[in-house]
Amino acid sequence: MRWINKFLILVLMVAGSLVWAGQEARYFDNEQLRDRYNKLIWQLRCPRCENQAIGDSNAPISGDMRDRTYEMLHQGYSDREIIDYMVDRYSEFVLYNPRLTFGTLWLWLAPALALVLGAVVAVLLARRKQRSPSSAAFTKDEKQRLESLLGKDS
Amino acid sequence: MKRWILFVPLMVVAVITGLFAYALLNEVDPRVIPSALEGRTMPAFQLTAVEDRQQFLTEQDLLGEPYIINFWATWCPSCRWEHPYLNSLANDEGVRIIGVNYKDERDLAITWLQDYANPYALDIFDPNGDLGFEMGVTGAPETFFVDSKGVIQHRFQGPIDAALWNNRLKAVYDALD
Repeated sequence: MRWINKFLILVLMVAGSLVWAGQEARYFDNEQLRDRYNKLIWQLRCPRCENQAIGDSNAPISGDMRDRTYEMLHQGYSDREIIDYMVDRYSEFVLYNPRLTFGTLWLWLAPALALVLGAVVAVLLARRKQRSPSSAAFTKDEKQRLESLLGKDS
Repeated sequence: MKRWILFVPLMVVAVITGLFAYALLNEVDPRVIPSALEGRTMPAFQLTAVEDRQQFLTEQDLLGEPYIINFWATWCPSCRWEHPYLNSLANDEGVRIIGVNYKDERDLAITWLQDYANPYALDIFDPNGDLGFEMGVTGAPETFFVDSKGVIQHRFQGPIDAALWNNRLKAVYDALD
């Protein structure tokens, strides 16, 4: 019976690799177009789904956007123009790689700011430790007391 | 002694909690995405009328008075659900509704409008979803509020019902000029 399990697992693995969500069979004039198409459909985000590229989504609108991408590539539009065309209709939401605007600037700035802030805090804490009196320094009385305590214990 | 540094994590948590509370209390829906069309004029189009394949309709035919433009299809269950309310909006409240039959078949659309009554002042037939694509439509039903000059003022995704209309959308419609 074991071999049946192994066989089933193998079948599932092969089937899994064949699944290519919502992908139409496409014929491209040349390999460059194919590469650009494959790149674009993973850069554009499905406006109907919460977090899927149009290349990964079965939503009808993703199919329409793939069709439009394919047509525009063959009409000679540049990647930039195709992306602009989509943003013009479906807003910046469809970009997985957001554009640099005042609103999105923080996506790049925030991590850097957090790093700087963390470094400043770390330096401040380190300095404070250096400046504070060493806990190893005891007064004479304390030393005597400590020794007597230790002596008693041993 | 910079004791306040100890409170920084607490303040960060408080700010994040505040954001979450805001989203929760205001019912922020992550599926709602902004419309690129609001504030722009209706895109140009030339499509046939649902009931007459010889008659062409363009964006010029819609100008003159404010209207709402509703994308629907016979394959869309929420459109069926929304349809009676659109009928009452058109008949009882005098709202001018333009219908766009979206990615559908002409025969099915005609039968539907006969069976369930037709609330639309004009019926546009958009079998390939071209006008839908120009307007950033992601599915049906979807409704745009357009003023008399053809400027899109508001986009609403999903079916409209009485509560939604009275609480939110009526004000948008009344503000159109």
